[in-house]
Amino acid sequence: MIGLYLLFLHAFSQMQTRDTSQYKPRKLSLEEVNLVSSYYTQDGDHSAIRGGIGSEHVTDLANGVELKFTGWDARLRKNSLAAGIGIDHHTAASQAWISKSGASTRTDGLRIYPSLDWTREDEQKGSSISAGAYYSGEFNYHSIGLNAGGTKKTKNNGEFGLKLIAYLDQVKMILPSEFEQPGAYSTGRNGELRHPDYGSSGRQTYTASFSFSQVINSRLQGSLLLDLVEQQGYLGLPFHRVYFTDATDSIEKLPTNRFKLPIGLRISYFLGDNIILRGYYRFYTDSWGLRSHTASLETSIKVSPFFSVTPFYRYYVQTAADYFAPYEVHLKSDAYYTSNYALAAFNSSFFGSGLRLAPPKGIFNSHLAMLEIRYGHYTQTTDLVSDVVSLNLQFR
Amino acid sequence: MKSKIIYAASVTLFSAILPACAPVKEYQKNRLNDSEMSLSNRKVEKNELNFQSYREGSSGANGGKTGGGCGCN
Repeated sequence: MIGLYLLFLHAFSQMQTRDTSQYKPRKLSLEEVNLVSSYYTQDGDHSAIRGGIGSEHVTDLANGVELKFTGWDARLRKNSLAAGIGIDHHTAASQAWISKSGASTRTDGLRIYPSLDWTREDEQKGSSISAGAYYSGEFNYHSIGLNAGGTKKTKNNGEFGLKLIAYLDQVKMILPSEFEQPGAYSTGRNGELRHPDYGSSGRQTYTASFSFSQVINSRLQGSLLLDLVEQQGYLGLPFHRVYFTDATDSIEKLPTNRFKLPIGLRISYFLGDNIILRGYYRFYTDSWGLRSHTASLETSIKVSPFFSVTPFYRYYVQTAADYFAPYEVHLKSDAYYTSNYALAAFNSSFFGSGLRLAPPKGIFNSHLAMLEIRYGHYTQTTDLVSDVVSLNLQFR
Repeated sequence: MKSKIIYAASVTLFSAILPACAPVKEYQKNRLNDSEMSLSNRKVEKNELNFQSYREGSSGANGGKTGGGCGCN
């Protein structure tokens, strides 16, 4: 992290003074760099790998960097190119139980996810178009994402937006050890267990995202968001177990399609001279019978024009999906079954606070334009508990 | 039934607010242009949205994942 910080300071110090005039074509140049890092830790007792029981201890260290380049073309349209890459390393105690005896040696994983997004804004027409690509790779899961969209401003300080997104994924079929075919494992040169190539199954997700934002008055603005999401293919995970009432087990079995409909509402309100209220509500329903409500409120308290404290609280409640049941409750005659507690009925609270520092000339008069750190504590009524701390450094 | 009431109330509230929009000139937008008034998520929230989508059954309508792209719901 320190090395990256010094690298970006050097990169910005080499840049010539930017031509800030918007009336001349300009090639793409580096405008902003964001580093976001998070550390996440969780504990619980309902591991899906063990059929709804057992440790859910997880740690995750996520690091991401995004470079934003901007320029103006001959028709004075602003072009922006955002190139990003993220690297996550996680440990998960439950991974050891992919083996029936709890002896699986792999209890950690690495995910790498680069992305590229381009946007062209036409100020005269009040519109923009965008396109992007994304890839995510980890040992048991690969994903390719594509998106395209556009926005259009109204005459009365409003804006419509539409984005179409497709994810084309491959799930590696890593089964619990008791379901592997005999002879699936061989012995390597050093005596280690080796598995032949796993098979894979496909998963596709198609999303149409609609948005409408509106300035209501000089202190208040809001937006409405609606997604239509269709998923097809293998929608479970092959190493999630389910235990039936007779104590025998199987691999979770879920339908091969799922339609999701979330609708969200955001409000930002400038209260007085020093406080900003950011509210959010979402209603969600899907074809698996799951319904949820999410409500959150964040208060940004401007201690000074450049330093703010941002306490927040989020409440979430969901009903169980039709196919969920706890450990040893499912019947063998059930058509579909899962004991993944992400699909159980529960409510949760997430609260914490952040600190944001953004002086106009940069922190200590450097290219470090903004620093934000944020901590949150999360609890579910399923006894899952987690903590996350995140840091964002913005260079200009 | 409760969820239908909440949903209908939210849509009604937003529909009632829209006609009440006051015209706002560019020079009146100093508070609206504050970066913390943005209607999008903070960048520092990115990984929080990810873990919420992993641990909960719902996702979307928040600028984050709607499904796919990872070994999650």
